[in-house]
Amino acid sequence: MTCWLRALLALVLAALALPALAQAPSEPSFPKLTGRVVDDAHLLSPAQVQQLEQLSAETEKASSRQLVVATIPDLQGYAIEDYGYRLGRAWGIGQKDANNGLILIVAPKERKVRIEVGYGLEPIMTDALASVIINQTILPRFRDGDMAGGIVAGAQAIADQLKAPPEAAEKRAQEAAATRVKKKDGIGDWMVAAFWIAVVVFIVLPMLFGRRGGRRFGGGGMPPVIIWGGGSDWGGGGGSSWGGGNDSFSGGGGSFGGGGASGDW
Amino acid sequence: MIRRYVAPVALALPLAACGLNSIPTAEETAKARWADVQNEYQRRADLIPNLVSTVKGYAKQESDVLTRVTEARAGATRVQLSGDDLKDPAKVQQFERAQNAVTLSLQRLQEAYPDLKSNQNFLSLQSQLEGTENRITIARRDYNQAVQAYNTRIRTFPDAVGAKIFYGAKPMVPFQATTPGAETAPTVNFGA
Repeated sequence: MTCWLRALLALVLAALALPALAQAPSEPSFPKLTGRVVDDAHLLSPAQVQQLEQLSAETEKASSRQLVVATIPDLQGYAIEDYGYRLGRAWGIGQKDANNGLILIVAPKERKVRIEVGYGLEPIMTDALASVIINQTILPRFRDGDMAGGIVAGAQAIADQLKAPPEAAEKRAQEAAATRVKKKDGIGDWMVAAFWIAVVVFIVLPMLFGRRGGRRFGGGGMPPVIIWGGGSDWGGGGGSSWGGGNDSFSGGGGSFGGGGASGDW
Repeated sequence: MIRRYVAPVALALPLAACGLNSIPTAEETAKARWADVQNEYQRRADLIPNLVSTVKGYAKQESDVLTRVTEARAGATRVQLSGDDLKDPAKVQQFERAQNAVTLSLQRLQEAYPDLKSNQNFLSLQSQLEGTENRITIARRDYNQAVQAYNTRIRTFPDAVGAKIFYGAKPMVPFQATTPGAETAPTVNFGA
């Protein structure tokens, strides 16, 4: 009996795990999102990192828009446009429903720079404006060998533009953040799980085993029932912490679709 | 007593297991991604008249290259593809071909006027066009992923059962062309 029960539970769990096994497309490996400034290529001094972090924190506090500066030592053969949007999606920069994230990406090895703009910021940081910032603010300094100066000036120009009044979607995201009680995500998932376990224990198992030797259900005999997880995707409830704090920063789950501009020097 | 409740539940479960919900969900996802693709192409089509008039003002006289851009744009906007057409490979190919013609004509345009690079107005349009092409690439990739998920779903157990019985689901067509104009051999015209 317990053996059967275990087998059934294993089946249920296997069914639940299926969506998680869905194949992921080939992706470059990304640096860890360690903060608002990810200086993996070591172009900035600690003071400059702090300055940029403060700039980003102020921007987010004022508008909920997330600005991240990333220096990437190696693009792994990807074009910076290709790498950039994948990085943005992997990190989930920007608030979830407003997609208002922006990443300033510098790849010194490939000599490429890109302003990657989240879906929701595309009307504010247009491709043309991003291109102007790159060509007029960032690249002249890069060409003079002043990497850090170009990054700081570029981030400043971006932050200035991000002070523009919020879009409708961002307003909703901000309000949602304000009213959000610190409730653990995924509670709903567990209730669904509890429901199915209850079904298994109280209905399916008695049906399968309770009638052993007795009258069979409907005479014809019931086939064993397999329960699949109803196709709900079982994403662990993570990725929703609001990156408003000073110490720990994380993406709000925003997405990217290729907005922005690139340049090289 | 309990039997009365067991029967419906026992019947409902295998139905849910056969993709009764998940197949339409996957299909709608793919269609939504398709809408994104069309959206980005539309964005490009909207940019082209600006681009053409900028070049016209610069070049002072209309050239073949310019007319071809306008024609290709007109041709592409005529080919529309709704979500239901996505299972028809011929229609998808027709759409791809029309859009590729636009891509190709735009490349020609940039080659034909190399010194436009000094024109600020043109540069701004150029950056928007680049951004749009980039968005198209990503939207197409997202669409292909959604199609792959849908096609896999309707061909694998257990959803394949429901796909066959309830929906008669047909696979959707992913975007094939990787390089613009890969299928339409460019016509070389030295006279132009």
